[in-house]
Amino acid sequence: MATFKDFRNTVKPNWCPGCGDFSVQAAIQRAAANVGIEPNELAVISGIGCSGRISGYINSYGFHGIHGRALPIAQGLKMANRDLNVIASGGDGDGFAIGMGHTIHAIRRNIDVTYVVMDNQIYGLTKGQTSPRSAAGFITKSTPGGAIEPSLKPLEVALTSGATFVAQGFSTDIKELTALIEAGINHKGFSFINVFSPCVTYNKVNTYDWFKENLTKLADIEGYDNSDRGMAMRTVMEHEGLVTGIIYQDTETTSYQEKVPGYSELPLTDIDIKMSENDFNELVKEFM
Amino acid sequence: MLHQLSWKVGGQQGEGIESTGEIFSMAMNRLGYFLYGYRHFSSRIKGGHTNNKITVRPTEVRSIADDLDILVAFDQETIDVNYKELTETGIILADSKFDPVKPEDSKAPLFAVPFTEVAAELGTSLMKNMVAIGATAALLNLEDEVFQNVVDDIFGKKGEEVVQKNMEAIARGHELMNELLGERVGEWALAPADGKRRMFMIGNDAVALGALAAGTRFMAAYPITPASEIMEYLIKKLPKFGGAVIQTEDEIAAATMAIGANFGGVRSFTASAGPGLSLMMEAIGLSGMTEQPLVVVDTQRGGPSTGLPTKQEQSDLMAMLYGTHGEIPKVVIAPSTMEEAFFDTIQAFNIAEELQLPVILVTDLQLSLGKQSVEPFDYNKIEIRRGKIVTDNIEEAADKAYFKRYENTEDGISPRVLPGTLNGIHHVTGVEHDETGKPSEATGNRQVQMDKRFRKLAALKFDNPVYSNAPHEDADILLVGFNSTRGAIEEVQERLNAQGMKVNHAHIRLIHPFPSTEVAPLVAKAKKVIVVENNYTGQLANIMKMNVGGHDKIETITKYNGTPFLPGELENRVKELTR
Repeated sequence: MATFKDFRNTVKPNWCPGCGDFSVQAAIQRAAANVGIEPNELAVISGIGCSGRISGYINSYGFHGIHGRALPIAQGLKMANRDLNVIASGGDGDGFAIGMGHTIHAIRRNIDVTYVVMDNQIYGLTKGQTSPRSAAGFITKSTPGGAIEPSLKPLEVALTSGATFVAQGFSTDIKELTALIEAGINHKGFSFINVFSPCVTYNKVNTYDWFKENLTKLADIEGYDNSDRGMAMRTVMEHEGLVTGIIYQDTETTSYQEKVPGYSELPLTDIDIKMSENDFNELVKEFM
Repeated sequence: MLHQLSWKVGGQQGEGIESTGEIFSMAMNRLGYFLYGYRHFSSRIKGGHTNNKITVRPTEVRSIADDLDILVAFDQETIDVNYKELTETGIILADSKFDPVKPEDSKAPLFAVPFTEVAAELGTSLMKNMVAIGATAALLNLEDEVFQNVVDDIFGKKGEEVVQKNMEAIARGHELMNELLGERVGEWALAPADGKRRMFMIGNDAVALGALAAGTRFMAAYPITPASEIMEYLIKKLPKFGGAVIQTEDEIAAATMAIGANFGGVRSFTASAGPGLSLMMEAIGLSGMTEQPLVVVDTQRGGPSTGLPTKQEQSDLMAMLYGTHGEIPKVVIAPSTMEEAFFDTIQAFNIAEELQLPVILVTDLQLSLGKQSVEPFDYNKIEIRRGKIVTDNIEEAADKAYFKRYENTEDGISPRVLPGTLNGIHHVTGVEHDETGKPSEATGNRQVQMDKRFRKLAALKFDNPVYSNAPHEDADILLVGFNSTRGAIEEVQERLNAQGMKVNHAHIRLIHPFPSTEVAPLVAKAKKVIVVENNYTGQLANIMKMNVGGHDKIETITKYNGTPFLPGELENRVKELTR
C-alpha cells in the first residue's frame, strides 16, 4: 500500500519559503495515502496562480489548466473515469473571482470531486493585488486606498448553494487538514474545503499569527452539529468565517453520477465505443 | 402535372405552423419524395411571423426553391410577406377565420378555407393544421391514407381517438378543398416518387448521430440556437450507451469539461454557435497547448454579438482560425451535405484523437436546421481511429520520472496514456513544458515543443478536402463556397452551363489547414473565381487569397441579410459579375 512518500515527486516547488501551500501539498499527500489509494489512481487538477502549481508537485496524474477552470476540467475527468480519485485545487482568485461561477455550479451539481482552495486573501503570482477574499480596507497595489468591496464569504456561499460537504482548515494544522481532506475524498459527492494558506510575501495582515489568534476550532464548540445546515450557517456568521473543521456534511447524499439515468457503472473509459450495426440501424430508422 | 412542388405554410409562431410542415413533410418523405425544408423563425416563443418552406420532388433536391406553388396562410402577414414568391400557377389557401385579403397585384387565386372553424367543429381548433393538410392533399390529389402512419406515429401515444379525430380533420379539409376547386382538382398533382424510404433529418441530427456513432460518451454543452438539437438528441440517446450529457453553467465550462473528459480518455465534445465559440477560445487554446483532443461544433448564425440568432450567416471563419491567442495547430472541417455532416463528425473525433488537438466542425444555420431527405448512412463506412493511446505494459521509470507525454517524436505525435494507468503518471499543462510535462521556459525547449506541435498537422488524414465538379479545363468561372451554399451553387452551375457558359464548382470541406494543393489548380483553370458566402467581408475569399494567391481574379458574392442564397438570385448575381 502506498505511503505519503509515494505521493512525493522530485520536482522542487517554486513557492516562497514559508508559504502555506507547502503544508497543503503535504496534507493532500498524507490524505491520499490514508484513504488507501495508489498514485496512479489519483488526479490533481489545478488552476493558475502560485497554488495552481500544486498539480506538478504531487506524484499523481496532474492537469495544470487555465485560470479559473480547474473545476470544469476536474468534473469532466471524473465523468470520464468514475474510478479515479479527482482533487481540484487552486487559489482564492482562481476559485472565487474568475472561477466563481464554476465553483457555485460544481457545488450544486455534486459530482464526486474534492476541491481544495488555498486561500491567502491576496494575488501572489501577479505580485500583490487585492483578491475577492481581501477584507474591505485592505491595502494592496491595486487598492492603494484600501479595498472598497467587502470580502467574499465562501463558506456561506457554499452552504446556500446546496453544498453537501463544507470544511475549512488552516495550513499550519496539518493533522486537522489531512483529516478534512480525507473526509472530503471519502465523501460521496462534491466536497469543498477552504484552507487558510498564508502568503508570507504579500499579505502582512492575515499572517500565521493573525490566524492563530482568530481561528476557532469547531471541535471546541460545545454541541456543534455539522449535519445541521442552519447551525452551520449561524456559527460561520457568528465567527465571521474564522472557524476550522467540518462545517457541514450531508452523509446521506448521492452524487450527481449516481443520479444520471443510464450512466454507466463502469468507467466510461472501459466501454467499447464501437456501435453495433443493430443499434445503428435502429437509430437510422427513427429518422425514416 | 408538377415535377417539383414548392409549398409553404406560415402564421404566427407558437400556432402549430411547425407541426403542419412536419406532418406534411414526413408523409411526402415516406412516399419516396426528396425534400428540402427551411424554416423562417424568430428568437421568441410566441408570436412573430414564422414559415416553413418545403421543396418536394421525385428526384434529388439540393436547395430551397426560388419560387412557390402553394402558400398556406394562417394569418394575413403570411400572405403579405410571401405572395410575391408565387409562380404564375401559384395558389393561396388561407384560413377564412381572419378574412384573408388578396393583395391587389397578386395573380394567384386565393381560396378562403374554414380551417379553424372545421377543426373547432371536430372538437378543437388546434387541429386547424390537419384541415390545412387535408386541403393540400386535395390539391396534390393524394389519398388521405398517406398521412395515416405519420399521424399514428405522432398522436398514437395520445390514444386511438386523437388519431381518428386528426384523420377526420384531414378528410374534412380534403372534401372542402375538392368542392372549392371544382374542375381544377388534380392540377397540382406531383409526378410520382419511387416509394423508397429515406431518412428525413436536419444537419444537427446528422452531427449528433455522427458523434454517437463515433463513440462519444460524454457531452458538455450550453443551450444556444441553432445548436441545441445536438445536445437534446444526445440527452435522449446517450443513456442507452452508458454516457451522459451535462448542461453546464456556460460555454467556458462546456469546453473545458469536454477537455477534462478527453484527458480521461472518453471521446467528448461540445456544440455551440458564434457567441459560445467566442467564450470557448481559451479552452481551444488549452486543448492545443496541452495536446488534449477536443471536438467543438460551431453552427454559425448571424453575428456579431447576439446578432441574428435565428438567421443564416457564415461569418465565424476568421474567429475559428485566429480567435485563440498565441499559435496552436488546429483543424477546421466544413461539411456541406447531410452525409458529410455525419461522416465528417466521425472524422473530427478521429483527427482530434490521432493528432491530439482541437478540431472545429463548422456548419451554418441553413445546414443545421434545414431538413432534407437523405439515403440511410452506410454502417460499414464508419471508421474509428484513436491514435497513439498506450494502455499497458509501461515500464516503471526510475526516480518517479514522469511518462514522456510530450515526447519529441518524428511525426510530432506523442504517446498518450490515460489517467489511472499504472506507471503512466504524467503532468499536462497549458504552460510551455518539456517532454515530461514539467513547465519550462528554456528557449531550446520552447522551439522543440512548438515545432513538435505544428509538425503533427503533416499527419492529417482527411479525404476529399475539396468537393469539386470541374468539367472545364478553361472555365469562365470557378464558383467557390462552403457549408450550405452547395445546393444553390450546384443548381446555378447547371443552369449556366446549360446556357453555354463554362462554370466549374469547388466546395471547400477542409477550411484549415487550407487544401492549397487541391484548390490552386482549380483557380488556375478559371478566368474568374467567384466566392459565394453569407458574410460581409468575404472571409473565405480572403483565406483563399492568403493560401493560393489569385488576388487579380478572386471576387466575391456576399449576402448578410440573414437569408440563404436562392439559386435564381445567385444566378443573376453571377451574370452581373461576368457582364
